[in-house]
Amino acid sequence: MFEALSSKLNGVFDRLRRRGALSETDVQEALREVRVALLEADVALPVVKDLTARVRERAVGQEVLKSVSPAQQVIKIVNDALVEALGGGEGDTGARGLDLNAPAPVPVLMVGLQGSGKTTTSGKIALRLKTREKKKVLLASLDVHRPAAQLQLETLAKQVGVTSLPIVAGQTPLQIAERAMDVARRELYDVVVLDTAGRLAIDEALMAEVAQVKAFARPHETLLVVDAMTGQDAVNTARAFQEKVGVTGIVMTRIDGDARGGAALSMRAVTGAPIKLLGAGEKLDALEDFHPDRIAGRILGMGDIVSLVERA
Amino acid sequence: MSRSTAKLTESVTTLFRKRRLDEEALEELEETLIAADLGVAASRRIVEGFRKTRFGKEVTDEEVKGALADAIAEILSPVAQPMPLDPGHAPHVVLVVGVNGTGKTTTIAKLGQQYRDQGLSCAFVAGDTFRAAAVEQLQIWGDRTGCRVHAPAKEGADAAGLAFDALKAAREDGTQVLLVDTAGRLHNKSALMEELRKVVRVIRRVDETAPHSVLLVLDATTGQNAIQQCKVFGEMVNVTGLAVTKLDGSAKGGVVVALAQEFGLPVHFVGVGEKAGDLRPFEARDFARGLMGLD
Ligand SMILES: Nc1nc2c(ncn2[C@@H]2O[C@H](COP(=O)(O)OP(=O)(O)OP(=O)(O)O)[C@@H](O)[C@H]2O)c(=O)[nH]1
Ligand SMILES: Nc1nc2c(ncn2[C@@H]2O[C@H](COP(=O)(O)OP(=O)(O)OP(=O)(O)O)[C@@H](O)[C@H]2O)c(=O)[nH]1
Ligand SMILES: [Mg+2]
Ligand SMILES: [Mg+2]
Repeated sequence: MFEALSSKLNGVFDRLRRRGALSETDVQEALREVRVALLEADVALPVVKDLTARVRERAVGQEVLKSVSPAQQVIKIVNDALVEALGGGEGDTGARGLDLNAPAPVPVLMVGLQGSGKTTTSGKIALRLKTREKKKVLLASLDVHRPAAQLQLETLAKQVGVTSLPIVAGQTPLQIAERAMDVARRELYDVVVLDTAGRLAIDEALMAEVAQVKAFARPHETLLVVDAMTGQDAVNTARAFQEKVGVTGIVMTRIDGDARGGAALSMRAVTGAPIKLLGAGEKLDALEDFHPDRIAGRILGMGDIVSLVERA
Repeated sequence: MSRSTAKLTESVTTLFRKRRLDEEALEELEETLIAADLGVAASRRIVEGFRKTRFGKEVTDEEVKGALADAIAEILSPVAQPMPLDPGHAPHVVLVVGVNGTGKTTTIAKLGQQYRDQGLSCAFVAGDTFRAAAVEQLQIWGDRTGCRVHAPAKEGADAAGLAFDALKAAREDGTQVLLVDTAGRLHNKSALMEELRKVVRVIRRVDETAPHSVLLVLDATTGQNAIQQCKVFGEMVNVTGLAVTKLDGSAKGGVVVALAQEFGLPVHFVGVGEKAGDLRPFEARDFARGLMGLD
C-alpha cells in the first residue's frame, strides 16, 4: 500500500519534472495524490482539506531549487507543513516531555476512549518519572467500571516499584481522587497519576464525571491517550474531550504497530494541544519522546525524498 | 430558537430539498463515506456506481443517502452471518484474537452470557497470561455470567499449555462451548503471532478439528489499519469471522465495508456497550444506514 502510493505520487511528479517553477495546475494535480495519501494514513478529512489548502497557497509560484525537481520540492513543502502542524517549527527538535512545573504533589489526569492505553501509559509514566527524574510517584485508579481495572494498575505499580493508592471498594471516582490527593499531600509525593475509566466522547454522564474529577484535582497535565490506529473519528473524540474536559497534551499509543498514525495530526489540529509522548509497546519502558518530523515522515511515507531535498 | 434546534431544522430541510446530482454533490457523498472510514478506494467505487445510474437526476439528500445506504447494505449482506455453532463438537472451541484493547475479553463475556441464556454450558480460558490483571478481569466476567474460567496456575504461564489443559477438562466435564481469550497483539509482531499459531497447534493435539471458530475482534474506532489486521490475522490463524466493537460510540466502523469487499469474511457480531448484554448480530442494513447518518 505504502509503495503504491509512493509510486503514484512519483508518477504525478515525474510529469512536473522538467518545469522550472510550480504552477497552479502542477500543484493542484500533485495535491490530489497527497490528499489520498493523507486519507489512507487516517488523517481526518477536514484536517486534510486544511493542510492541502495551506500547501497550495505556499507552493504555487515558489522558486524551485536548482538541484531538485519541482516534484521533490512539493513533497518537501507538504512535509514541512506536516511537521509544522504536528508541532515542530523551524529548528524544533520536538522532544517534549510532561510539564510538571507546579507545586507538589502535581496531579496528572489520564483520559481517553476505552482500551486506548491509559492504564499502561500511567505505569510507563510512573517508571519514567521514577528512574529519570527521581520523582516519588503515586498511581491511583479511578476506574470503577472495568472489571479488575484497579488491580491492573496496582500490578503495574508493583512492577514499576512505585506505590498505588490502596483499593477501597464502593468509592466513586471523585472520592478516590480526593483520597489520592490527600495521601499525596500527607506522604509528600511529587506526582500523582490519576488513571480514569475509558469513556466514549458521546457519553454525557461519564464525560461529566471526569470533568468533575478534573475540577476537583486541578491537574497540571490532562493527557488524552489515543490509539495510533484511530480513524476519522479522531476529530470527534478530540473535540469532545477538549470541550468537556480540556486537554494539555496527547499521548499516542501503539506506535509499534504499522498504522501510519494520521490521527496524530487530527488530534493536534482539533485540540491545539501538543503531542507529548508515544507508546511503543506493551512493556513499561516502551515510552518515547515525540518527534514531529518522524511522525510526519510516517504519515506521508516519503522520507527519502524529504531528506534528499534537505541535503540539496 | 436554540442553536442546536436551528442546526437540526437546517439539516432536515437540506435533507428534503431536491438538487441535481452533479459532480459537486457526488464529491460530497464521497466525503461522507470517507469520513465514516470506508477509505478512499471503497468510497470511490461506491460513488462511481452512483454516477453511472443517477448522474444529473434531481434528487433529495434523503433519497440519495437512502439509496447509497442500500448499495452499501448490498455489499454487506453476504457477510452478515451469525457465528455457526456445531453441537456435534464437544466442546465447540472459539479462539478470540485481535490487536491490543479492541474488546476481546469483554466480547467473550458477552458471548458467554448469550450462550448461557440459550441454555448452553460455556467456559472461558484465560489465555492472556501477559497483561496485568487480564486473568482477574476474565474471572470477574466468569462469575457474572456463570461460566467456568480456566485460569493459569501462575503468572506468565504458557497460554498454549493452558488452552490444552482447558480443552481436555472441557471434554471431560461436558462443556458445550469453550471460549479462549488471548493476549492482545499487534499483527506486525511476528514472534507474538507465532505464539498464537502455537496455541492453535496445541489445541489441535486434543481435537484436530479445533478451533471451530476464530473470531477476530476489531475496534470500530480503527481506521484503515483494520485491513492490515484482517489480512495478517487471517493468514496466520485462519480467521473465520469478525466482531466489531464500540459501535455505541461516534465512530462508524466504515472500514468494515472495505473489509467485506476485500476479504468477504463473515461479520458475526457488533459490540454496543461495556455490559454483558451489549452484543448484537451484525445487520447489514442497520449498519449501512448508520454509516450514512440515517436511523
Ligand atoms: N503494542 C502496544 N500495546 C499497548 C500500548 N499501550 C497499551 N497497550 C496495550 O493495549 C491494551 C489496553 O491497554 P490499557 O492500558 O488497559 O488501556 P486503557 O485505556 O486503560 O483501557 P480501559 O481502561 O479499558 O479504557 C493492553 O493490552 C496494553 O498492553 C502500546 O504502546 N503498544
Ligand atoms: N463502549 C464500548 N466499550 C467496549 C466495548 N467492548 C469493549 N469495550 C471496552 O473496551 C475496553 C477494552 O476491552 P477488553 O475486553 O479489555 O479488550 P481486550 O481486547 O481484551 O484488551 P487486551 O486484552 O488488553 O488486548 C474496556 O474498557 C471495555 O469495557 C463496546 O462494544 N463498547
Ligand atoms: Mg484502564
Ligand atoms: Mg483482554
